[in-house]
Amino acid sequence: MAVKENPYKKYLREDRLPHIFCPGCGNGIVMNAFFKGLEGSDVDFDNVSMVSGIGCSSRIPGYVKCDSLHTTHGRALSFATGLKVGNPNQDVVVFTGDGDAASIGGNHLIHAARRNIDLTVICINNNIYGMTGGQISPTSPKGSFGTTAPYGSRDVPFDLASLVTAAGASYVARWTTAHPMQLAKAITKGLENKGFSFIEAVSQCPTYYGRKNKLKTPVLGMDYLKANSVTKRRSEKMSEEELIGKIIVGEFANRPHKELCDNEEDLVNENYDGGLAIKSAFWEEF
Amino acid sequence: MVEERFVLGNEACALGAIAAGCRFFAGYPITPSTEIAENMSVLLPKNGGSFVQMEDEIASAGAIIGASWSGVKSMTATSGPGISLMQENIGYGVITETPIVIINVQRGSPSTGQPTMSSQSDMMQARWGSHGDYETIALSPSSVQEFFDFTIKAFNLAEEYRVPVLVMSDEVVGHMREKLIIPDSVDIVKRVRPELEEGEQYLPYDAPENGVTPMPAFGDGFNVHVTGLTHDKRGYPDTNDAETHTDLVERLCDKILKNKDKICSYKEEFCDDAEIVVVSYGSPYRSVLTAVKEAREEGIKVGSLKIDTPWPFPDEEISKLAENATDFIMPEMNLGQMVHELERVAGKDANVHLIGKIGGVLHTPEEILEKIKEVASKKED
Amino acid sequence: MRQEVRIGGFGGQGVIMTGIVIGKAASLFDGKNAVQTQSYGPEARGGASKTEVVISDEPIDYPKVQAPDIFIAMSQTALMKYKDDLKEEGILIIDPDLVNEDDIADFVADKKIKLFRAPATRTATDVIGLRVVANIVMMGAIVKATGVVSVEAAKEAILDSVPKGTEDKNIQAFEAGYGLIE
Repeated sequence: MAVKENPYKKYLREDRLPHIFCPGCGNGIVMNAFFKGLEGSDVDFDNVSMVSGIGCSSRIPGYVKCDSLHTTHGRALSFATGLKVGNPNQDVVVFTGDGDAASIGGNHLIHAARRNIDLTVICINNNIYGMTGGQISPTSPKGSFGTTAPYGSRDVPFDLASLVTAAGASYVARWTTAHPMQLAKAITKGLENKGFSFIEAVSQCPTYYGRKNKLKTPVLGMDYLKANSVTKRRSEKMSEEELIGKIIVGEFANRPHKELCDNEEDLVNENYDGGLAIKSAFWEEF
Repeated sequence: MVEERFVLGNEACALGAIAAGCRFFAGYPITPSTEIAENMSVLLPKNGGSFVQMEDEIASAGAIIGASWSGVKSMTATSGPGISLMQENIGYGVITETPIVIINVQRGSPSTGQPTMSSQSDMMQARWGSHGDYETIALSPSSVQEFFDFTIKAFNLAEEYRVPVLVMSDEVVGHMREKLIIPDSVDIVKRVRPELEEGEQYLPYDAPENGVTPMPAFGDGFNVHVTGLTHDKRGYPDTNDAETHTDLVERLCDKILKNKDKICSYKEEFCDDAEIVVVSYGSPYRSVLTAVKEAREEGIKVGSLKIDTPWPFPDEEISKLAENATDFIMPEMNLGQMVHELERVAGKDANVHLIGKIGGVLHTPEEILEKIKEVASKKED
Repeated sequence: MRQEVRIGGFGGQGVIMTGIVIGKAASLFDGKNAVQTQSYGPEARGGASKTEVVISDEPIDYPKVQAPDIFIAMSQTALMKYKDDLKEEGILIIDPDLVNEDDIADFVADKKIKLFRAPATRTATDVIGLRVVANIVMMGAIVKATGVVSVEAAKEAILDSVPKGTEDKNIQAFEAGYGLIE
C-alpha cells in the first residue's frame, strides 16, 4: 500500500524537515487543523505571514513556507503589531504557547486583544514549558506536576479564552487536539474575522506534562482532553464544582468591531491624500 | 524650500525622522523623550504613516522590528528605564539584521533616577546593553540641528548596515529650543530588494565579507525566515554548530568594525598643534568649545575633538592626535564611560583626564577651562 | 554680544511661551542666535515656572543661563527664588501688582539694578479685556525696556506663535505693554 502523502506538505519548507517536535506532540494536529482551516477560508496562503515567540509551538512558523518572524520570548504580538500595522494587506498569523502568550507575554496579549488588531492568534496550550523541560506554566491545572512544581501546583491557572474575551478580542474560541474538525473551523472563522482572533488549542505534551501527570502516551493525553471537555453551552448549566478540572470548549466571543489598522488607515486618510506609505522603505524619496 | 523653525530638540528629532522616511513609530511615554512620541503622533498620519502607543518599551522595540520587516522605516524613542527594557529586542534586531532607529534621550540614572535632568550615563549600555557579542552604531547630537541631522543619518546607517542604530541624545539637547534649518530635500538611503537569477535559491543571509544582503519585505514573495536563533545562510536555525555561530557573529561585528572609516564622524577644531585635546560628544561639546577658545587666548595649545559617533569609537583619529598630544581631557555627564575607550586608545601615549559630572547639570565652560589650565600647568612642571 | 534672559512666574501665566516667542524673534526674525530652555518636572507645575533665553550674535556654545542680564518676574515666588544671580546693573522687570517691591529694595540698591514696573496682568485685563494676554503685554514691556529683540521681530514672532483669530488682540497687547515703559 502506498503511503498517502499529507495534503498539506506543500505548505512546508521541506528542506527544514525533520522537525524537532516529540513523537505524539499536539503541534502536528494543530498544524493540520490550521492548514485545513486556511483552505476553508477566504485567505490566500500566499498572503500569509507568520509570527511566533519562543517555545515548542513557536517553532511552527519556521516549518511553513511563508514569510516568518520567530521573535523573542513572549513578544510575538508586539512584533506582529508592527508587521501588521506597517502593511495591513498581509494576513498575519501568530503561533504561540501558554508560557509565551500567558506568562512572559501576558501584557502584550491583553493589549493586542484590547486594540482588536487584525491578527489570528493560535495558542497551543499544553499546560507546561516543553522546550525547557517540563516546568509548570500559568495554565497548568491546580495540583498538576512539573519540574518546578514537584509537590503539585498550588496556583489557580489562567482561563485564557475568558481572559482574552474580557480584554476585548472580537473572536475567541477554545478547542483541543481531540477536536481537530472544530478547531479547523474555528481557525477558518478566526482568519476571516477582521479583528483580533484568538484560538486556544489545548494540547497534549506526552514528553513532559504526560510523564509528570500520569498521561504518558499521546493516546492517554488525548483521551483525557476528550473526556474532560465540556461545551460552552453545557458548561453554562453546570455548577462551579462540577466544572473543576473541565476544559470548556466552543466559541467564547464572536463580536466583530472596528480594528486597529482600520483606525490607523482612517486617520491617515483624514489627514493625508497619499494613503498609507506601504513598503515605503523602498522609496527613492518622500 | 528651506524652512527655518525655532523648535525643541525632541521636535527636531521627529521632523528628522519624517524627512528620513520613517513611517512607523511605536513608543511608550517617558520623560524626557515623550515629546518625540507626541510629535510623531501628529506628523505620521499627515505623512501616510502610523503611530502606535504600545503597552511598554519592550513591545515598542518589538513593534518597530516587525514594522521594519513589513517594509517601512521605523523608530522608537525612550529614556532611562525604557532603554533598559528594550535591550533584549535590540539584540534581536542585531542578529536578524533589522534596520531600526532607537532614540535615547538620556536622563539621570540608575533606576528611575532623575527623570527631568540630563546625563550621558547610558553610553556603555548602548555598546553592551543586550546580551552577547555585537557591535553597535550610536550617534550623539549636541544641538537641535544635529538632533535633526543625526536622526536622518541614523536611518541611513541603519539601512546601509542593516543594524539597529541608536541616537544617544540627552535631556539638554532634547529639551532646548534653537533654530532648525530644514532643507528642501535630504539624502536618504533606500532599501533595496534582492534580485534573483532564474532558478537561483534565495539565501537571505548569504552576505558578502563585511557586508549585508539586500532585504525584502514580508509579502514580497521571498518566504524569508527571520529568527533570533543562530542561523545559517538560509536563515534557518543552526544552533549547535560552532562554525555557523562564529561566522554569523563575526560578520555581524565586522560589518561595522571593518567599515569604521565610513561610519565614524567627528569634528576637529584647533587640533593642528594641540598638545592637549578635549574629547567630547553630545551636549558637553558646547561648553568645550568656549573653554578651548578661551584657553587658546591664554596661549595654551589646546584643541577639541568632537565625536559625532561614539560607537564605533574613532580609534584611528585619536591615535593620530596622540602622536602630538600629551594629554586628553574628556568631559562626560557620567562618572566615566567613554573615557575608558579614550584610555584604551590613547592611554599608552598620553595622559587621560576625566571630567565626570553627574547630577543632571551640564559642565560649564569654566569647569572645562579650569581643567585645561590645570593640565597645562602640570605639563610645565 | 551674549545676553541672558530669565522669566519667572507661576503656572498658567504663559511664562514659557514668552520665552519661546523671544527666542523665536531673535533667531528667526532678527537673524541672531537663540537658545530657549525651561524648567521641567514638578517645579513647573503650580508653583514657580521659569524659562531662560540666551541670545547672541555669535553661535551659542554653552546653552544655559549662568547669570542673567535681564530678569522678568511675574510672581512674588519667582522673584524671590530666581533673582539672586541677576548681574550687577542688570535689568529687572516686575509686575508691581503681583510682587512685593519692599522685599527687593536692598537687592536693587546693592546691585544697582535697573528696575522697571510693568503691570502686565492689570493691563491685559483692563485695557485688552483678556487676562490671558498678560504674557504678551509683558513681552511689549521687555522689548521696550531691554531692546533684546527688535519690535518688528517681536511682532512677527507673536503672529507666528498665537492661535489663529487672536492676532489682533495679541498685537494690541504687545503695544500696550510697550507703552507701559517710559
